[in-house]
Amino acid sequence: MRRALALAALALAVAQPAAADSVSRGRALFVEGCSSCHGFDARGVAGQGPSLVGAGAAAADFYLSTGRMPLDAPGRQPLRDDPAYDRADIDALVAYVASLGPGPAIPDVDPARGDLAEGQRSFTANCAGCHQVVGRGGVVTGGFSPSLHEATARQIGEAVRVGPYLMPPFDEHRIDRHTLDSIARYLRYARHPDDRGGWGLFEIGPVPEGMVAWLLGGVLVLVVVRLLGERNE
Amino acid sequence: MRALGRWLVAALLLLIGRRRARPARPERPRYEAGGRDELLVLTLLAAVPAACVAFVVVYFTDASTQWLGLALGGAFALAAAAAGIAGKRLVSQKRHVEPRPELEHPEEQEEVLRELHEPGEGLTRRRLLLTAAGGAVAALLGALAIPALSLGPGAGGRLTRSPWRRGRRLVDEQGRPIAAATIEVGNFLTAFPEGADKEDFASPLVVVRIRPDELRLPAHRSNWAPDGILAFSKICTHAGCAVALFRYPLYRPRSPKPALVCPCHYSTFDVARGGHRIFGPADRALPQLPLAIDGEGNLVAAGDFSGRVGPSWWGVRKS
Amino acid sequence: MGGPEELIRGAVSYFDARLGGVPVLRKTLHYVFPDHWSFMLGEIALYCFVVLVGTGIYLTLFFDASYAHEVYRGSYAPLRGTEVTKAFGSTMQISYETKAGLLIRQAHHWAANLFLVAIVLHLLRIFFTGAFRRPRDVNAAVGVTMLALALLEGYAGYSLPDDLLSGMGLAIGYSVLLSVPVIGAWLGALVWGGAFPGGDEFVSRLYIAHVLLLPIAIALLVTIHLAIIVRQKHTQFPGRGKTERNVVGTRLWPAYALRSTSLLLAVVAVVFLLGGLVQINPIWLWGPYHTYAATNGAQPDWYLGWLIGGLRLMPPLEIHVFGYTLVPNPFFGGMLFPLVVFTLLYAWPAIERRITGDDARHELLDRPRDVAWRTALVAAFFTWVAVIFVAGSADQISVHFQIPYGQQVWFFRIAALAAPVLVYLVTRRVCAELRSRNSRPPRGAVVRRTPAGGFERIER
Repeated sequence: MRRALALAALALAVAQPAAADSVSRGRALFVEGCSSCHGFDARGVAGQGPSLVGAGAAAADFYLSTGRMPLDAPGRQPLRDDPAYDRADIDALVAYVASLGPGPAIPDVDPARGDLAEGQRSFTANCAGCHQVVGRGGVVTGGFSPSLHEATARQIGEAVRVGPYLMPPFDEHRIDRHTLDSIARYLRYARHPDDRGGWGLFEIGPVPEGMVAWLLGGVLVLVVVRLLGERNE
Repeated sequence: MRALGRWLVAALLLLIGRRRARPARPERPRYEAGGRDELLVLTLLAAVPAACVAFVVVYFTDASTQWLGLALGGAFALAAAAAGIAGKRLVSQKRHVEPRPELEHPEEQEEVLRELHEPGEGLTRRRLLLTAAGGAVAALLGALAIPALSLGPGAGGRLTRSPWRRGRRLVDEQGRPIAAATIEVGNFLTAFPEGADKEDFASPLVVVRIRPDELRLPAHRSNWAPDGILAFSKICTHAGCAVALFRYPLYRPRSPKPALVCPCHYSTFDVARGGHRIFGPADRALPQLPLAIDGEGNLVAAGDFSGRVGPSWWGVRKS
Repeated sequence: MGGPEELIRGAVSYFDARLGGVPVLRKTLHYVFPDHWSFMLGEIALYCFVVLVGTGIYLTLFFDASYAHEVYRGSYAPLRGTEVTKAFGSTMQISYETKAGLLIRQAHHWAANLFLVAIVLHLLRIFFTGAFRRPRDVNAAVGVTMLALALLEGYAGYSLPDDLLSGMGLAIGYSVLLSVPVIGAWLGALVWGGAFPGGDEFVSRLYIAHVLLLPIAIALLVTIHLAIIVRQKHTQFPGRGKTERNVVGTRLWPAYALRSTSLLLAVVAVVFLLGGLVQINPIWLWGPYHTYAATNGAQPDWYLGWLIGGLRLMPPLEIHVFGYTLVPNPFFGGMLFPLVVFTLLYAWPAIERRITGDDARHELLDRPRDVAWRTALVAAFFTWVAVIFVAGSADQISVHFQIPYGQQVWFFRIAALAAPVLVYLVTRRVCAELRSRNSRPPRGAVVRRTPAGGFERIER
């Protein structure tokens, strides 16, 4: 019994500094890479970057793992890019930001638990206006809503809860956990939707269809009449 | 600038003005019956039934749209090639000359006109008869056209009717009431009047919440947004699309302000100022619905919209 | 020799004995077609129409023109359990459950798109070669009418399945109708049988318009169009042996009949190849329409893109008086713009007659380069429409090239005015160059080798 207690105490003692280690490592990375816009104390710099107190692990993980942060220049729309940090560093930064104050935790999103049809309905009702009905992305005045085909289920969940840049946030009253799983499942499907009609033309719609009508159909029939008819001397 | 123009002209000329030196075309016929062309056409014609069989086989097996199209389209393409080659190589290409018809017959025109007017010579009230006949025909056609009015009801009330009244509860797409406390700042959702037809233009609402201190509503609407919760018609006042985008910035200083945006032509409505248009072709503001919170904490309407819902028509108030 | 020859002999004598038709048959077989390839563009449209009617009849046997609700229970998983209308559901059935259904449906839609491509190409040929001059001005009017009907027919057709994309398009169409001054609201209620989105009575009206009324109108006009051509005989380009009073070309039998048959078969081939290999209007991805639903990046079919462009580029102008709206915004881009375009298309033959003072009968076509002012004006006019057409997909351009939407609107507004002017000037120049290439004397000098070894120039 005493042996077990001693082992437990040892484990705890080892774990605590490890956790504290992560936060302090995160702080070090933060000061180096983020403080110019977010301030040394992470309370923001007026007109440059927001305070991260209460931003939560979800926001930090989302922005860092999608490469949106660090941002080249404040005021630009943060867009998906290669992450500037590796996974270990991201975890450390996330731990640091989470330690600043209570905020949305990283959601547990599992597409396999979701329902595909419910995801389609929910996505169309809540998200298609900005992101297009199969998640190809779109336009909003003042920015672009990105394509969702590269996002992982976790990143989808994070974005939904955080509402990055111009996106509104959706908490559990709006999109509960099961619906979130369903949306993630639908988006996974939307990466390669059923194109049983043939070449899917990137599921964009009538614009590429019109191009095909002219550049494929039109050219083909023009070639045919050119062969069948005569030319002027 | 002139250099650019010259390059452009040169490029166009290169594209369309080239003409290979070609020997003067000999008088047709140019065909040689027999030989390769006949064989080619025969082969193509023989391949057509093969492609048709392929089509039938695919139809009865996996019926994949792609293979069906390839088979059927291929069959027709082969047939087209056969007919085309036959038409240009197997048969006489001799040129023929035909005269064009003379279209005008000036003397006969006069005769015809005389014959048309002849019956009327003996009549005393010719002009009156003609006018009366013309009037009768017009009246008949007019009468025949009248039943077309049954196609639609009078426009009148339809466009201004609204299911919203003071006290009508807001519900979500599943018909459940919406508790005000569950709406966080930055949320946006679609709501409907309880018990009404959801597809009616005046039914769908977009409900958003901003921070109460951000509100800039006109004075007479100061109590329309309890806790910063705002409701607007979801139907764009430009061309009737659903206003399905809500722009809510995470970091206000460097981002555009909260707004509802329509995905069709990007009319953008400032929610803090009561749906005033800040970009895009819509002219009328997005109609706002006054909200209140009932005893159970659910959202209810506190009246009807601030203006007419949906696209404008002649005589609608600009509000 | 028996066999087919006996059969044909029998048929001809049967026909002659009952209708006295052999002279007509002879004339028909001898009918001469000028056979420049650009004269076959109208035929492409005709054959697309034939395919449309054929595939369309097939589809009518499966489509359910009803807005009654049902729960989707077909084999497309992402929509299972979703409430849809029977119109949508039956189109899903054709696409997912019916064998070859999707092939026919896509072939029908591709044929519609190709139909309008061919009409536009044909229209361009008519305008660039002056084929609309007397006596063909009346036929030109018939043709422009068919263009308008084809646009309406296509719009009605792709709006039938009640999917999200076409439903949004119907809402916009309703708004444009509503925006007509004085009678707009009444017109909207008349067509929709009430308020938008309308019920069963609206979709059944749309259906009847699409499968009966408009096709009959188009078929009638096609018949008149062809009858006029047969009566007047087709135009021809100037050339050796060709005059204003003759037709030089290929006889119907055998060569032209075979070539035309080949074109018909080729059009069918292209339509079925596209219908099987390239996806069009995948309504299962868009989902059903609701007035309260929308997707980013929604577009109409290509031939209505110019109208969307008009709606996008028009500034937020509405005419009000004392706080009452008189002319809503969609009127300008959605109704006035096409009215102006079609008025110009109808009026052009008369306008040209006014400008040139030429009211003579023309059977020989102009080579576009020979009438530079007309070619340039027509090119400029079509450029104007084309720029607005491209502006219609500004949202897609935004997404794919990351160019902000607001900037594009301004760019296209300016380009719509500047590009036609530029095109006019460039076209005139190009025409002048092309003309002079044929009539320029050989350049350079003629030289001769002198006995001394040098070259001397021979004066010519």
